[in-house]
Amino acid sequence: MRRSKYIRPAHLGASSDKPRLTTSAMIASIAGPDQPTRPAPFGNALAALAQKDDRIVGMSADLAKYTDLHVFRAAHPDRFYQMGMAEQLLMMSAAGMAREGFQPWVTTYAVFASRRAYDFICLAIAEEMLDVKIVCALPGLTTGYGPSHQATEDLAMFRGMPNLTIIDPCDASEIEQAVPAIAAHRGPVYMRLLRGNVPLVLEEYGYKFELGQAKLLRDGRDTLIISSGLMTMRALEAAKQLRKDGVDAAVLHVPTIKPLDEPTIVAECQKGERLVVVAENHTVIGGLGEAVAGTLMREGVRPSAFRQIGLPDAFLEAGALPTLHDQYGLSTLRVTEAVKAWLSI
Amino acid sequence: MSQIGHNISLTERARRIRRHALRMGEVQGQGYIAQALGVADVLAVSYFHATNYRPDDPEWEGRDRFLLSIGHYAIALYAALIEAKIIPEDELETYGTDDSRLPMSGMAAYTPGMEITGGSLGHGLGIAVGMALALKRKKSSSFIYNLFSDGELDEGSTWEAAMSAGSYKLDNLIGIVDVNQMQADGPSIGVLNFEPLAPKFDAFGWFVQRVDGNDIDALVKAFDAARQYEEAKPRIIICDTKMAKGVPFLEARDRNHFLRVEPHEWADALKIIDGGVEA
Repeated sequence: MRRSKYIRPAHLGASSDKPRLTTSAMIASIAGPDQPTRPAPFGNALAALAQKDDRIVGMSADLAKYTDLHVFRAAHPDRFYQMGMAEQLLMMSAAGMAREGFQPWVTTYAVFASRRAYDFICLAIAEEMLDVKIVCALPGLTTGYGPSHQATEDLAMFRGMPNLTIIDPCDASEIEQAVPAIAAHRGPVYMRLLRGNVPLVLEEYGYKFELGQAKLLRDGRDTLIISSGLMTMRALEAAKQLRKDGVDAAVLHVPTIKPLDEPTIVAECQKGERLVVVAENHTVIGGLGEAVAGTLMREGVRPSAFRQIGLPDAFLEAGALPTLHDQYGLSTLRVTEAVKAWLSI
Repeated sequence: MSQIGHNISLTERARRIRRHALRMGEVQGQGYIAQALGVADVLAVSYFHATNYRPDDPEWEGRDRFLLSIGHYAIALYAALIEAKIIPEDELETYGTDDSRLPMSGMAAYTPGMEITGGSLGHGLGIAVGMALALKRKKSSSFIYNLFSDGELDEGSTWEAAMSAGSYKLDNLIGIVDVNQMQADGPSIGVLNFEPLAPKFDAFGWFVQRVDGNDIDALVKAFDAARQYEEAKPRIIICDTKMAKGVPFLEARDRNHFLRVEPHEWADALKIIDGGVEA
């Protein structure tokens, strides 16, 4: 429930031990205080790839700096096109570039690509299977700016679009690997982007990104957490916490939302009598959770229990990101608590 | 400028384009006939005077690109493509039928010579901007033509594209607006007033011409001027056309966005068109 604008915040005039976070302090990164990170993995990976591939051009709608494309712009200024704050034009002109044999990488925020430019992605790009890569910052709940900037339903929208490949990477190393993999794939791709100083978490699991492949990062007897994007890092952290309580949690990372790696998901859900939890940085409507549920129903697979961790079907509040992740159940603490409650521990 | 000779007059080309369109219209019994008849002169000048292409190689890299933004005008462009021998004439019998290469709304994947899918309005000019930028990257001397409609002036995306074309000084882009003053809900100006149109494009940094889109001589001059203009600006030719031009009893219908034509009227319309044959 949104706070009423008529009620004065409780902490004013009252003493509190808890430090109050500011929205702006945390908008640039989802990294925790002690996490190793790498700066602008997307921009650096694309700039490096473009040295070997003349087809690549970069285009943005007044958000190059905030989608890490400024790194590419600095490295290849003659291959960068500023299309202005005009997302429809961004997608149309990318279609025109692709028609003439180039591979445009376009960036904006996920809200603007999905809500504002859907028709142009659908008809000008996807219907014609054009080789356009759409890379969008602020997916799901990764800013405290409120609903204007929170793309909580982008996957629900884009999953319905034929021909479109959808990628939701987890960390900096995965973004770096996904860039050349996406470039090698012929056709339109939508990738959710973690920008700025992006955490590094997958290297310790020996993980390698493969387009269309879900990967089991750790196995466990009691519960299987299926996750994508930044929720995989939360699931891995939660699994470590749960181990202390004697709960053995498996984590299946699903970076390709579409086409979904149904065989791996079905196989994992058929193993043992595990609680299946799908965790995603997206509304529980129309995202990975419902995609997995639909797959299991169609395949006749019935896990002992099925639960979803995700954002509510609501316009979210503004605030500091760590606070909001806690409030809406995406923090490691809340994921851990939820799994324990479902297992009655 | 096409590879086809100039021994056939542009007036005769326009007449044949109208004839092909009417014959396709008869297959369906109804359709966007008035637009096709209205824009036939523009297409005749485009395909038989202004545009470089090879009929036997529609994807020839050196061609000028002709983009139909208005997908529902496909019948008009098919007529021109048939006349240009990019599509065989006998295919017009398949117009809008199952397994045809000529669907009711124009789609690039179906039809030789159809550069883009234009059914969702307000896409063409922006795609043209991207293609114009791409041709410059390739150091190509080809032009991009984009035929769009006065109705598409309602779409904000058209103006995003217009502003960017001016900003990028796209002198290889030639916009053609068919101002036929009719949209789905009625007269265009009554739907949303886009006038004065010429000053708008001028203010966006375009070289602007406005001509009678059913006057072949005026169109030839305008297309020549658009191609030869020396300043680094995108070019636009605003073409005022008459819906159903050439068939008076169809011109007289006041709601002609989607014409329903009685079975016997097709022969009457063809007879009128054929009556205007030039030697």
